[in-house]
Amino acid sequence: MMVWFRRNLFRTWWDGVLTLVFGGLSAWVIWSLVEFIFITGRWEIIEVNLKLLLVGQFPGESLWMVEGSLIAITFWLAAALGGKPKPVEERRSWPTRIRDIIQRFGLIIGLGILLVVLAGPTESAPVALGVLVAIIVGRLVNTARHRVTWLKRVPTPLWHLVLLIAPIALISLTLMQSELSLWGGFLINFYMAIIAIVLCFPLGVLLALGRKSTLPIVRLISTTYIELIRGAPLFVLLLLAGVALEFFIPSEVAPGSVFRAVTVFTLFTAAYLAEIVRGGLQSIPKGQLEAGKALGLSTAKITFLITLPQALRNVIPAQIGQFISLFKDTTLAGAALSIVELLKVSEAVTKQDDFLGQGYIYEALTFVSLLFWVGSYVMSRESQRLEKRLGVGQR
Amino acid sequence: MSPLTGVPTKTPLWRDIRVLKWLFQLAVLAIFVGIIFWLYNNYQVNIQRSKIPTGLDFLDNPANFTMPGNDFNQSSPVWSAFVQGFYNTLRVSVVGILLAILIGTLVGMARLSKNFLVRTVAGAYVEVIRNLPLLVLLTFMNLAVVLQTFPRIEDAWKPLDLFVVSNRGIAIPWFEGSGITLLSVLLAALAAAVIIAWVRGKYSDRTGKPARGLLYGTTIFVLVIVGAWLALGYSWTLPLVQDRGTEGGLRLDPSFFALLVTLVVYTSSHIAEIVRGSILAVPRGQGEAADALALSGPKKMRLVILPQAFRVALPAVGNQSLNLIKNSSLGAAISYFELTQIAQITVGNGSPAVPAFTLTLLVYLSISLTTSLIINIFNRRLALVER
Repeated sequence: MMVWFRRNLFRTWWDGVLTLVFGGLSAWVIWSLVEFIFITGRWEIIEVNLKLLLVGQFPGESLWMVEGSLIAITFWLAAALGGKPKPVEERRSWPTRIRDIIQRFGLIIGLGILLVVLAGPTESAPVALGVLVAIIVGRLVNTARHRVTWLKRVPTPLWHLVLLIAPIALISLTLMQSELSLWGGFLINFYMAIIAIVLCFPLGVLLALGRKSTLPIVRLISTTYIELIRGAPLFVLLLLAGVALEFFIPSEVAPGSVFRAVTVFTLFTAAYLAEIVRGGLQSIPKGQLEAGKALGLSTAKITFLITLPQALRNVIPAQIGQFISLFKDTTLAGAALSIVELLKVSEAVTKQDDFLGQGYIYEALTFVSLLFWVGSYVMSRESQRLEKRLGVGQR
Repeated sequence: MSPLTGVPTKTPLWRDIRVLKWLFQLAVLAIFVGIIFWLYNNYQVNIQRSKIPTGLDFLDNPANFTMPGNDFNQSSPVWSAFVQGFYNTLRVSVVGILLAILIGTLVGMARLSKNFLVRTVAGAYVEVIRNLPLLVLLTFMNLAVVLQTFPRIEDAWKPLDLFVVSNRGIAIPWFEGSGITLLSVLLAALAAAVIIAWVRGKYSDRTGKPARGLLYGTTIFVLVIVGAWLALGYSWTLPLVQDRGTEGGLRLDPSFFALLVTLVVYTSSHIAEIVRGSILAVPRGQGEAADALALSGPKKMRLVILPQAFRVALPAVGNQSLNLIKNSSLGAAISYFELTQIAQITVGNGSPAVPAFTLTLLVYLSISLTTSLIINIFNRRLALVER
């Protein structure tokens, strides 16, 4: 113990000074946080408005569809991102496995418990529970996929399609059932991010291939698009979509603001994703391409069967990083297009009659930060796990 | 040549790869031009129907709004509002980039410290900030910290009697006199420092004596500033509270302060990770060689590790600087009068939306392109020359 202290905290006198300064600083920060959370924080504003913050004005009777699709999406993610399980000889003992599970799910379980506590004995508790079960079962199903013989034969695209049927069906059902303008709160952040991620992926890959293409016109168009979008701030593009989009499309089909936001997010993220994928493509050794040619494969087959899969795997961290920033940037839609997403709602609830002018902004923004922080953190952790499973940088 | 008969055969047109390639390109081009034409056509139709003026004529109209803190007024033309907005964007960006690189480098180095506490605190800072949306941080800084926690001007905080902190903004000690003189003195001092460092470098090359460029450069820098100060009769003023406002010093608007702090905090957390990665990317042998030469810790860092890490970090840090400039557009969300906010206001005041926002986008685009050009020049000069 003393040795540890000497080595890690008081190596030299200067180290000692640093230790004292940073020790004081962290003690002060931790104490202020604890005091704020347990003593001075007035959390009733969150308790009262929890539904508004999470789903906005969404009609209560259709809420089950959203909750269902949320659980289904979580299930799909857990089953799709799980990757191959470790080979048998690396199996660990039960205590290590339990510790592993706690490490892996601890944060999510913590969030679930927090939501349940905040919600009190309301309908949010089963949803939080459902999400947890979906994650765990999704992981197990993924393990089974690589173990059970007849499941192994299912091709990956078909596998994803089967898993995606439920969420897509539920989302379309929800869209048909309710006005898009009634959506709000964290729900809208989550859905805008998910939809934009799904849509921008193929576009980004196509743009990357276009930029690497040997065909001059295709290359020119892709490069121009990528550079123009990357030189522009997302916020200005959103503002532009808000006021100027009607000029560019026939007035009969002028879409609502959520639709506009998702379009901008998709077009914007695709440009960044294209650069990331291009980096991945450049990291593939030429020998891979030549091997494909030696086998007599066509250019398209070489791209989609050999280079692209490796390129995409090599740049997983950067891709997920881009998706995380997309998820965080959904807050901009509130400021630019007046969509009632989480941040907007959190500012609005502090202006309710019960809470106006009493300085509830700290509590409201802390709650918002917590949701975004956990979401981003879980995503980056999952990406690291995925990276490890796929052996990035080990082959 | 047909392999069996020896008679020359021609590849049919529909299987000739060159023809196919061109056909494909023409198809892509046709789709692209089609989309552009469709958008343009819609624009023309819609503009004619709603009778909104096109072109940039609106730039000469009176702006019809005011900005605090400068002589811009209601009847000034719209273009001068754009110029002022551009200046404000540059102001927050330049100061922000310098501070973000400084703090980011320190935090990145702290993450690799041997001291457990330093390492952990820096790690927590990066992990917390990086996973929060910038707009949430900005709202927090603006609504919660500046507007709610900072005291009213009557009972402003006065740390060390040098600063005045209130919800009207922060006032810091500053020089008296015009900004342009100040800037030219600073530039002159900088130029003198660079020249003397270069001369010392040459001298060192010739004689083998130590150059001490930093020491000489800093001395000259200080000397020039002090000399100019004495010659021009410069003095500095402390801010003082004077009936519901501050006198003297330099006053930073609350929105400027909030935007600057948020951008610096957010960007520095990203730069810290880049710096950490770049330091780790320096081959271990370099550090060991420095140890073998018995260089002290700070010297090893300053002379061996950091210069090599800088080369690795430069493109990524440049990207983060660009992001900071683009992120400064969020100032519009807290009413800081930067470019985006100006565009938004003028559109609200009746300027045509499409030309106004296109102009804004073009300005951002030219800032981005200029910055990446500068980074590329630096990058090429610093790149390792390999065999």
